[in-house]
Amino acid sequence: MKKQSIMLSTAAVALALLSGGAPASADTLRLLTWGGYAPDDVIAKFEAETGHTVEVTKSNNEEMIAKLRATGGGGFDLAQPSQDRIAGPQEEFGIYKPIDMSQIDTSLFIPSMLEATKGNTMVGADVYGVPHVWGTSGLVVDTKMAGMVKDYTDLCSDDVAGKVSYRLKRPTLIGFAFSMGLDPFAAYGDEAAYADIMSKVEAKLVECKPGVKTYWGGGDELMGLLRSGEVVASMAWDTGGWKLNADNPDITFVAPAAGALGWVDTFVLPAKGKSDAAAYAWINFVMQPEVAAMITAAAGNFTASLGADEFADADLKARYQASFPQEAIDNIKWYPPVPAGLEAIEGGVLDRVKAAN
Amino acid sequence: MTPDLECTDLTKRFGDTTAVENVTFSVPPGSFFSILGPSGCGKTTIMRMIAGFLEPSHGDIRIKGRSVLNVPPNKRPVNMVFQHLALFPMMNIADNIGYGLRRAGLSRADIDRKVQEALERISLPGIGARRVEELSGGQKQRVAIARCMVLEPDVLLLDEPLGALDLKLRERMKVELKSLQAAFDTTFVYITHDQSEALVMSDAIAVMNEGRFEQIGTGRDLYYRPDTAFVAGFVGDTNRWGGRIERLDGDSMALRTDTGMILRGATHGRAFAVGDRADVFVRPEAIRISYAEDDLSQFDNRLSGRVTSILFDGAASRVIVSGADGPGEIEVNLPQSGEFAALTKGAEVHIGWASDQGNCFAAGAR
Amino acid sequence: MRSEARLGLALLLTPLLLWLSLLIFLPHVDIFLVSLRERIGVGKYQISFANYLTFFNEPLYLWTFFRTAVMSMLATVITLLIAFPVSYYIAKMVKGRVQSGLFLLCLVPFWVSELVRTFGWMILLRETGIFSKLLQAIGLSDGPVEMLYNDGAIMLGLVYTSMLFMVVPLVTTLESLPDEVIEAGYDLGGNGVSVLREIIIPHAMPGIVSGCIVVFMLSLGNYLTPTMLGGKESLWFTELIYSQFIVRFNWELGAAFGFMLLILSSAIVWGMLKLTGQSLEKTMG
Repeated sequence: MKKQSIMLSTAAVALALLSGGAPASADTLRLLTWGGYAPDDVIAKFEAETGHTVEVTKSNNEEMIAKLRATGGGGFDLAQPSQDRIAGPQEEFGIYKPIDMSQIDTSLFIPSMLEATKGNTMVGADVYGVPHVWGTSGLVVDTKMAGMVKDYTDLCSDDVAGKVSYRLKRPTLIGFAFSMGLDPFAAYGDEAAYADIMSKVEAKLVECKPGVKTYWGGGDELMGLLRSGEVVASMAWDTGGWKLNADNPDITFVAPAAGALGWVDTFVLPAKGKSDAAAYAWINFVMQPEVAAMITAAAGNFTASLGADEFADADLKARYQASFPQEAIDNIKWYPPVPAGLEAIEGGVLDRVKAAN
Repeated sequence: MTPDLECTDLTKRFGDTTAVENVTFSVPPGSFFSILGPSGCGKTTIMRMIAGFLEPSHGDIRIKGRSVLNVPPNKRPVNMVFQHLALFPMMNIADNIGYGLRRAGLSRADIDRKVQEALERISLPGIGARRVEELSGGQKQRVAIARCMVLEPDVLLLDEPLGALDLKLRERMKVELKSLQAAFDTTFVYITHDQSEALVMSDAIAVMNEGRFEQIGTGRDLYYRPDTAFVAGFVGDTNRWGGRIERLDGDSMALRTDTGMILRGATHGRAFAVGDRADVFVRPEAIRISYAEDDLSQFDNRLSGRVTSILFDGAASRVIVSGADGPGEIEVNLPQSGEFAALTKGAEVHIGWASDQGNCFAAGAR
Repeated sequence: MRSEARLGLALLLTPLLLWLSLLIFLPHVDIFLVSLRERIGVGKYQISFANYLTFFNEPLYLWTFFRTAVMSMLATVITLLIAFPVSYYIAKMVKGRVQSGLFLLCLVPFWVSELVRTFGWMILLRETGIFSKLLQAIGLSDGPVEMLYNDGAIMLGLVYTSMLFMVVPLVTTLESLPDEVIEAGYDLGGNGVSVLREIIIPHAMPGIVSGCIVVFMLSLGNYLTPTMLGGKESLWFTELIYSQFIVRFNWELGAAFGFMLLILSSAIVWGMLKLTGQSLEKTMG
């Protein structure tokens, strides 16, 4: 959870000023990543094999970008934002540096994913990201209590009023838009059209608000709400649903009728990273199938590593297959790169929903 | 005439300790009554019971004949001047004095008039708008009294209010307090551990020790006719010898001190038997000093000795004489006639006193 | 000799001044400059007051601003009303070990982080939480009661978090009031109410004001408590700032918000000092 944001950036600026002069040791990898993406056993193995040391900072998309922006891309050697959040911030703030594909062992990647990510993270002729972990977000439902929830907008149903939750973040806006038969991704290039879609979503969310228990903020909070039964249906990540499923077979992840939202978390090099060698070494290390399987076990999500499925846990695969029949996989809506400026439109919507009574 | 204040069998216990034990006294209207005792003797406890801050364990307190036991402090017709005066620092002088009047619900005009009168009474007109911390110690003192007196209490309690003042000011305030009391014509009950304050100002003094009154009387009584050994020792300075009674003859008696010397004293009506242990008290000013033994022939106690030290203190100068054969060091007042101005340490002198100046009490008696 | 002493003093103060200017003053200047930038294209900015205009033209922002200020003031008043008798009891009614024991009790909640404290309240207040179960067990309610996610929960959290910062200055000032002054108030005919109004409160005023300033600023700048306990209804100004900076990448507007918060808090504190006739030196000194 975060401190007051106003202090955050100023403190970051001040710290950057103070620490500016001290060069980081070349063999320390400062990794800015999500929880679960760098488990202790993987770090230990990496340190033993390469002699580099790893410092992990856990974060999320928005904070990763905010941190890198505050320092102009310094303070970290490797970061892992989602692929849709690379091109836009790069154009606006220039916080990343291009990836030297010759340093990457491309044979470790699932080719189609690698190509898609390269395409999505391209600015000019340079590639800025390679894929790592992927997953979806959709619905986590207590099937006994809320079996009727099949799509995002079903969260507004009177049957589950007072017992649903979602985040007040952009995935919710996108999911509701698809569920309402709109295509926000198609409108990414057209600000006016996008604003129009968002205003419809806003009206829907305001209408739904009385039935919402609370807008969840963190994964642990959501887990608590679902486990206690205070919430019976929520928007969430697939892994969250599978984790709960292990404890309570009634609760599981459901791919919504309008399509789950697919995301890919990547590797990017911050503009002022100091040990690129260690960064490339880490990328090539964790993409090995055995290591990727260890990360899947920790994070709950699959990776872009070719052949890692063989090493994955059978239970996890079974849950994945139960949630994703083939047509659901085909229906996944993969996030395209977010053009700079859309956040302002979405932000206004989110603020107004939050303030609505 | 009904006494202004009357306490009967007043007792206060805190758990196992008895702070005040069966104290009975009455204070006639318009008089200045002091309770004198060492610190911790229970005098403050009595004061707080009268003011209403403490509930007596036993006994009764009557003011103008009416029991005030169930009356809360803010309804009692007594007011108190606290040890550190307790002026309200958040108010100016006029508001301090007017506080009680406001509480009594007087009109603003009446309050202003009474405050002005009170300020004139204490000879500090025109300081009403000043702040408390701008006043000198003596001025604060007078304001604290005025603050109580505007309420026209039946009894004014004063809890060692001179304790915080320096010596000079204290001497002046003694006189001033006495004249203020006369001016207001109100009953003052004053507690102190300073005998001089009590002796100078009071019409009657109660000497208190370990929760009990030892003796009530005028300053003169206490000084010259102490009822108990404690009073004799506590009020005024005194020489004291312990010994065994050798001979009794009516009111006069002879005592052999532990060092073997014979002293003659008076029983002042107290009962003794030959062979009892007793203490004799003799005040320094009752002892005459002389270079020639013949000058002292009228006294039945006579001693020779050397001056071991001279305590020069102006009019209260004394010498300490060490007896040639026995009774240790004796304090003697130095007459101010100039005759002894040249007295030096080591000089040989003779001292003597009349036997009726020797107050005798049974040893161990309180 | 004098100049040497002055040099010594300067040397002594240098680290403090550096610290103050680098960590407090410069960032504020920086924030102010950022707030004056207007984004006119990708990576292009110009100087204008557009961000401040956005603030004043959007009723939502103004409403949140106003709501945050009013709720913070209310939290301050409630904290004062609860803390005053508590402080009076600690300062005047008990002595010795009991006194320090009670004081310590006020401190206990601060041995854990604010996050943990807030989670504690969530566990107590939630629908499946302890209070709800207790109410059902003693038959006061026949269904689960949700006490979380409303303004009352926010208020509770704010008051709880602020209590110590009110109790400390109050106990300090009340302890400096001699018992005999209070007794004199009664002795001269005052009753409980008038002694409180004319003697105790005027004496404790510097403590009351400094406690109120601290509590007000803490509440105004609080982020965790309103967002976690308020849930979907929280709507706190710091949340807006956070989302401008982190979620929207709109540092310019976030900085403008930050500055408005600074101005608001300064203005209210100044007003409070004027209203009570206190000065900053007197209350903080």
